[in-house]
Amino acid sequence: MGEMSMANGHLPFEKPIVELRQKIVELKKFTKEKQIDLSEEIATLEAKAERLEKEIYGNLTPWQRVQIARHASRPTTLDYIQHIFTDFMELHGDRLYGDDPAIVGGIAKLDGMPVTVIGHERGKDTKDKIARNFGMPHPEGYRKALRLMQQANKFDRPIICFIDTQGAHPGIEAEQRGQSEAIARNLREMAGFTVPIVCVVTGEGGSGGALAIGVGNRLLMLEHAYYSVITPEGAAAILWRDASEAQQAAEALRITAQDLLKLGVVDRVIPEPKGGAHRDPETQAAWIKEALLETLNPLMEMDGPSLVKDRHQKYARIGVFAGGD
Amino acid sequence: MLKDIFRKQRRYATIPSPDAKREIPEGIMQKCPRCGTISYAKELEKNLKVCKSCGYHFSLSAPERIAVTVDEGRFFEYDADLRSLDPLEFPDYKSKIQKDMEKTNLKEAVVTGEGTLGGYPAVIGVMDSRFRMGSMGSVVGEKIARAVEQAVTKRYPLILFSASGGARMQEGVLSLMQMAKTSAALERLHRERVLFVSVLTNPTTGGVSASFSSLGDINIAEPGALIGFAGRRVIEQTVRQKLPDDFQTAEFLLKHGQLDMVVPRTELRQTLIKILELHSNGGNVDGKRPSAL
Ligand SMILES: [Zn+2]
Repeated sequence: MGEMSMANGHLPFEKPIVELRQKIVELKKFTKEKQIDLSEEIATLEAKAERLEKEIYGNLTPWQRVQIARHASRPTTLDYIQHIFTDFMELHGDRLYGDDPAIVGGIAKLDGMPVTVIGHERGKDTKDKIARNFGMPHPEGYRKALRLMQQANKFDRPIICFIDTQGAHPGIEAEQRGQSEAIARNLREMAGFTVPIVCVVTGEGGSGGALAIGVGNRLLMLEHAYYSVITPEGAAAILWRDASEAQQAAEALRITAQDLLKLGVVDRVIPEPKGGAHRDPETQAAWIKEALLETLNPLMEMDGPSLVKDRHQKYARIGVFAGGD
Repeated sequence: MLKDIFRKQRRYATIPSPDAKREIPEGIMQKCPRCGTISYAKELEKNLKVCKSCGYHFSLSAPERIAVTVDEGRFFEYDADLRSLDPLEFPDYKSKIQKDMEKTNLKEAVVTGEGTLGGYPAVIGVMDSRFRMGSMGSVVGEKIARAVEQAVTKRYPLILFSASGGARMQEGVLSLMQMAKTSAALERLHRERVLFVSVLTNPTTGGVSASFSSLGDINIAEPGALIGFAGRRVIEQTVRQKLPDDFQTAEFLLKHGQLDMVVPRTELRQTLIKILELHSNGGNVDGKRPSAL
């Protein structure tokens, strides 16, 4: 899965910044020890570091964004739930087969208002990640999400979904238990709920496994998140028979938040702290909360049938073709 | 009376499709890829392209499928002018579309329209796996969504034959969103209580399997059809164990409760007519109980 993060969680393309920052720290230490005034040199280097940061973070390639979206320290759904909501009560199980920890969900308050919140959960440490199957749900995960959404619909609570998955789990049992049907049913049912639905792509938007909790009135996306019909590695393997061409595929597939905004799929891009959400999870959470409230408030004014119509129209509009006028 | 709704509509005018009967297999003889039996192409066609020795179902093109499904000459095509663009400027996409248009004499990977089966009107969509592996991009999604709208407006049952490798990579996230578009359209059909029969043919995988084709009130598959969400190779790499021999076949799905029935092609038309008949006499077609005669 691409290049590994370097020590301290820095990504390879951040190396020039890290080195320069390191040099500044050393220089400062040196001036203190030797009582020499190097403040002018330090100021020059700091200005240079800022320029460098602006240049690198301001011109991230799609592949670099993918690396940020997959960063091991990137906040997960449970982090955001903790920072954005109060009174979170997690609910479990699909009432059919089991409880899939790759999807978490429950009831919480957003600025005092009860909402249902659902999201993929990748997990934190290795043990947690394995238990949660790295956020790749089985059918029971999607069916749990559906149950919680039906519950929200019944009690007239808005639904908020956090999307962050490489994709639905590809496995024997997942197929036996109807992975396709579970995803398809969610797509259909989400289209018909009479409460506001706001979805946020926070990290990886991996194809149908992401979309299965992603049919909302509004779709928001973090600045460095990606959303794609296929992983860049998968596309590269098909196109060039070589997964290492993922960088090229990431560009061809137009998977960034900025691309999706242009394509009319995403309604709003939520900025990230410099270097990515993992650099400052609390600030990131605050920015997501602000965007959620601004998005949700006008939707709260709409009645059920209008919300359904709004959602239908959103998806009916997506697509580019010739003819048919 | 509601119960007469279909009988009345049997008299509606239809326009014969020029494509319906034109396609003829190229060679004189055809070899079965499963058992090796060589048959006369003409005889094979007479048997709806099912091998007489082993029952292997050869692929049908969309025009062939329409010809063997609807009442003769009773098909009126919708949205024949929709064509794909290249919204992402994806490498080689335009030329691949062009090539498939020439190869198949179709404009895209699905043909939609309305016709009658045993006199019962229905909105029909048929995918063609020869065109970009039947993949769903903007045009396929749009044509299916529009067909669903026709079914809602006319209150005709909807029958979709899927044959697809999934969402179309070359249109990126726009293809992914067609899963939501088609499923949202079906939500309306579902709410309006109009019948949807999904017929899954070889292959139905990925984003098509995980959207409209799994959402039938009745899901039918042809024998031996490959149906599944994830690709076999991806699953093998993930689980590192041998997959069952019948993995992701129609029979496997039936066994695991994912299908209502597996129906051989030679009986499919009659089965569909029977389903339409069962839903025609009041049924739930208008959300009401059948009234007493
Ligand atoms: Zn044979």
